[in-house]
Formats: sequence, C-alpha cells, structure tokens
Amino acid sequence: MSETGMDALRARVVERAVERAVFGGELGRRAFVRAVGATTASAALASLFPMAAAKAIAQEKPGPPEKRDLKIGFIPITCATPIIMAEPMGFYKKHGLNVQVLKASSWAMIRDISINGETDATHMLSPMPLAISLGVGSQSVPYVIPAVENINGQAITLAAKHRGLKTAADMKGFKFGVPFDYSMHNFLLRYFLAEGGVDPDRDVQIRAVPPPEMVANLRANNLDGYLAPDPFNQRAVYEEVGFIYMLSKDIWPGHPCCAFAAKHEFMEKMPNTFQATLNAILDATQYARDKSHRKEIAAAIAPKNFLNQPVEVVEQVLTGVFPDGLGNTRNVPDRIDFDPFPYHSMAIWILTQMKRWGYIKTDVSYRRVAEEVFLATGTARAMRALGQKPPEATLVKHTLAIGKTRVFDPDQPDDYLKSFAIRRT
Amino acid sequence: MTRERLRVVFLSALIGLAFVLAWQAFAGTKPAGKGIPGPLAVGATAWQMLADPFYDNGPNDKGIGLQLAASLGRLALGYLSASAMAVMLGVTLGLSPLLYRAINPYVQVLKPVSPLAWMPLFLYTIKDSGQSAILVIFMSSLWPTLANTAFGVASIKRDYLNVASILQLSWSRRLVTVILPAAAPAIVAGLRISVGSAWVAIVAAEMLIGGTGIGYFVWNEWNNLALTSVIFAILAIGLIGVLLDAGLARLARRLAYTE
Repeated sequence: MSETGMDALRARVVERAVERAVFGGELGRRAFVRAVGATTASAALASLFPMAAAKAIAQEKPGPPEKRDLKIGFIPITCATPIIMAEPMGFYKKHGLNVQVLKASSWAMIRDISINGETDATHMLSPMPLAISLGVGSQSVPYVIPAVENINGQAITLAAKHRGLKTAADMKGFKFGVPFDYSMHNFLLRYFLAEGGVDPDRDVQIRAVPPPEMVANLRANNLDGYLAPDPFNQRAVYEEVGFIYMLSKDIWPGHPCCAFAAKHEFMEKMPNTFQATLNAILDATQYARDKSHRKEIAAAIAPKNFLNQPVEVVEQVLTGVFPDGLGNTRNVPDRIDFDPFPYHSMAIWILTQMKRWGYIKTDVSYRRVAEEVFLATGTARAMRALGQKPPEATLVKHTLAIGKTRVFDPDQPDDYLKSFAIRRT
Repeated sequence: MTRERLRVVFLSALIGLAFVLAWQAFAGTKPAGKGIPGPLAVGATAWQMLADPFYDNGPNDKGIGLQLAASLGRLALGYLSASAMAVMLGVTLGLSPLLYRAINPYVQVLKPVSPLAWMPLFLYTIKDSGQSAILVIFMSSLWPTLANTAFGVASIKRDYLNVASILQLSWSRRLVTVILPAAAPAIVAGLRISVGSAWVAIVAAEMLIGGTGIGYFVWNEWNNLALTSVIFAILAIGLIGVLLDAGLARLARRLAYTE
C-alpha cells in the first residue's frame, strides 16, 4: 500500500476507534449512524472530540504544516533551552517550519500574548497551563503541554550575607522571590520550607519577581533569597552577591520545571503544524540530553538575541560544573537535564500543591485535568515515531527526598494532601 | 553671543565637567566590572553602539537606532491621536461651562492614574500588546492637552467671540479663525507637557511588553546587568526628550501673540 493510502487507512481506524469509544462499542456506533446518517454522525463527534488532532498524532509522518511561519514566545532562562536552541541550531527548519522565537519580559506577559494569539506556541512554567485551563489566576482557556522542557535546573540562591546558614528553620523572616505564583519554583520552595517546619505563608514572605530582576533585587537587599530558574542562580554567584544554597534536584530529583505549551485550539485547528512543532522540540530535547552537546548549546543560546548572558555562566549551568559561591567547585552533571515526557502524575502532584496552598479552593478531578492538559499519550507516540524511547506508564510514583522522604502515589492524591501538617485546606 | 550668554555656557560646561570627573573618580574606586561603570566605559559602549546603530539580528536583538525609531513610531501614533482627541474635546468643554463642570470630576479622577495601570486592562480587551502600548501612550498624553485646551478656550476674551457672532461667522470659520488661534498658546503648552509625559511612559510600557523599542533595550540589558548600555540608553532617552520639547517650544514661539 502507498504511503498516503496507509495514512488514510490509519486516519479511518482512529476515527472508528474514537466512535466506538464514544458510543460504547460497535453496535452503539452503528445504531447512531443509522439514525442520523454518517456525515452528521462524524460531524457531531468532531464537535466533541478533536478528531483532526487525534488523526494527526496517530500518523507517523504528519502531513504538510498548515502554517509554516510561526512565533514561539520564551522567557530568557536556561529552562527554555530546547525551544530557543531549535531556532539557531535548525531543528525547526528540519521539520519544515520557519519559527521566530520571541523574548517576553514576564510570565504574565507570556501568558497574555499567548492567549491573545500573538504567539502560536509558547514556553510556560508547567503549572501555568493547568492553572489557565482551570481559569485559576487567569481567564479560562484550554491549554495543552505536549512536552516538558527541562527537569531539575533550578536552585535556592541566598544573599551572600547569609553564608553559613544551614536549615530552613534559620530562614524565618526571609523575603523570598519566585518567578510566578503558578510555578514549580513556588511549590518547591513552599515544600522545602514546610518540610523544615517553616510556614511559607506566615513565617516568610514569598513574592513573584520576574527572573531577570532577581539578581538586581538580591544585590539591593530587597530579597534574602530566591528559588529561581538559571542562569540567575549562577549569575548571582558570578556577580558575587549570592551563593547556591541548594539545587532543586535535591528537593525532588527529576522534577519537571518549564513546559512547551500551546492553546488547545492550536492543536485542534492546525494538527500538522502542531505535530511538526512538537517533533522539532522533541528532537532538540533529545539533542540537549546528550551531555557532550551542552557546551555547543550554551554557545548557541547565550547571545543577545536569546538569553543575553555571558557564555561562561550558561556553560556552568548546562554542564553542571560550577562554582557555588562558597568557594567550592561542584560537579553535578544532572544539575539541569532534559526529558520531554509529560507524566500525568507530575500534573497531579502540581494540582495537589495548588490545592495545598489554597490556589484551588474547589474539588478538582485530578486525573481528568491531568490527562486533558499533559498529553503524555500523544507525546509517547510522537517520541516513538522519532525513534526515541518513551516510558511505558504515564502515572508513576515520585519521591521527594528533602526532610522526611515522601512517596507521591498519583492514585492517592487526597491522602498525600492530608499527610502534610502545614497546608491551607 | 552676548557676555551674559557666554557666562551661562561656561558655567554649564564647568558643571558638566565636574560631574563627569566626580563620576569617574567614584567609579574608579572599584575594580572594573564591579560597582557603577565610569564615563569612560559608558563612552566605549556608546561608541560601539553608534558605530552600527541599525543592525538587525532578528526580533530580539536590534541596533539602538532601530530601537529608538520603534519607540518614536509608537510615540507618534499614540501622541498624535491623543492630541487630536484632546484638542477636540478641550474646545467643546471650553466653550460650554456647563459641560465643563459636569465632566471635570471624571477628568480629575482619571488624570492622576499612571498610564501603565491601564496596561493589563488593554491587554485583556484589545488582545494585542503593540496596540496596548500605543494606547498607554495615548492615555499618558491625553490629559495635559485636554485640560490646557479647555482652559485656553474658556479664557478667550468675550470680545473676540462677540465680534465673531456679529460678523455672523459660520461655526467652522469661527473655530479656525478665532477660537483655535486665540487658544493656541495654551494648547501648545499642553502639547509640550503631553509629549514629555508620553516619552516618560513609553520606556516603562516597553519594559513591560518587550519586543522592540528603547524600553525593551533597557530591560534586555538589565537582564544581562550591562549597566554601561543602560546608562547610555538613559542618555539617549534624555537627549530625544530634549529634542521633542525643543521642537514644540519652537512651535509655541511661532503661535504666541500679544493682545
């Protein structure tokens, strides 16, 4: 059978499978089709289910992109590495796209220009698409995360005057910065403080500060520390105003951080473009995963057009060989790492923390929201098509190692929530 | 040049020189790269940037000339449309004391609002960051011209208006030949204040929205803690502000009249 014939067949198979799922088996489907006619049946179904997107994701080779000239927003931090490097290193081109990456000044701004449609896809903090889809701290717009940008790669940086400080309990009264309310940074900092017996709402102050402004605030004594994306932790060391107290991987090894996100509408209306963009990101992420490529990537993303940082600093972040500001040179190869797989269990963990700290006041159906926003199944298919090896399960147990070791079981989110002494529920 | 003027220029140059020397001396106390960069470092950066002001390395990295041009373009759009509207509204209010007093409380409430406070609302409703920035400029340059025009029109001598009605001038001729010329000095004074506040607002607006413009440039350099570039940008912003003001001052001199 020819290539197109194969694709058409695959598309029909997907359509049938969805119809069977919706109508409860083949018999239900036939009865419905008999009653309303085949065209109406598939139109009715398409209004409920993104059929075009499902077909596109199932195809091994996507059709030609509906739109080649795309704009993708980013915040100048190393978390955006795959999104940024894919432009200068030609990953978008390789997948038939002409992408301009646009630098945005703050998370609120990147959210608004994405919702407004000024960008086609965007770099976001992984809790943001969940919050936006739920209409928490934003208007409600359905978003999807087809790929996690980076894992690990954040740190708690403290002002130089706090050298010698040991535990969270010593940080009572501190003013902390995090990049945004709906960020892993906020949830990891709160987790870390609470495990050390410090109530993050009562004993310290946590403010949202755009990453680029953090070093200046630390220098000006406006902040005692921050849990922030790099290069701003390493930049504080470089400027001799702070030291790296703890890497975020020591709180949760392998935690997700930033995400590659898009409006659900983009995936639905331009399934081929969506697929091509995802493939470019997956390709770039795979390349970034190889530690021998990190220096080359640092040189590609450090210039003014992208991060606008000294190459030396970006290299220290990406290679994991860095001075910590206390006189030591550390060698932590997985200080930042790249794994695109958006586990549903990661989304559920984030939702439990949003509930824990009162960002969500009502009940949420964890599984449903996680599956709608984190497209693990589609990602796995796309990864396989690119010859990459996705994990088998989309729900796994995560272990957070700081303080008392706690295992997060995605099947028991409510029990997990109840196990915390400090919470706002 | 008169003797008096020479003395002013001499004193002014002396103050400038003293400031630059003090700055250099202060900056020199810290090793290079730490503390505030001195005038020499800023000069080197300025030289480098002015050597190639119009380079274009894609959407996030453009030369200082292109950035200033982008800001001036935004300024022109926002400021000109705000001025047209402010003059029209101002004339209407100035001619009708009743309307003036009815609307004045609202103007007073809106006037002190920082134009940037409008940004989130504009972004949410207009759904375009570029247009939102222009509207911020619009808001910042509306009020001074509006207030001055209304005041200028309201204080036109009654005799002028009486003569106009005796001559039975049409409404449009009365506007063009009597009202606008008579109120011109007040209007231009308003326009001068407006252009200043618009130029002040644009830098902050561009720091928020990113993209292009001198405000984005400052933000991007701040990102990299490149203070020499930031200081150079401050000087460039100041110089452009002076030029804008001088242009309107010239216009004011041409429109001035004595009774």
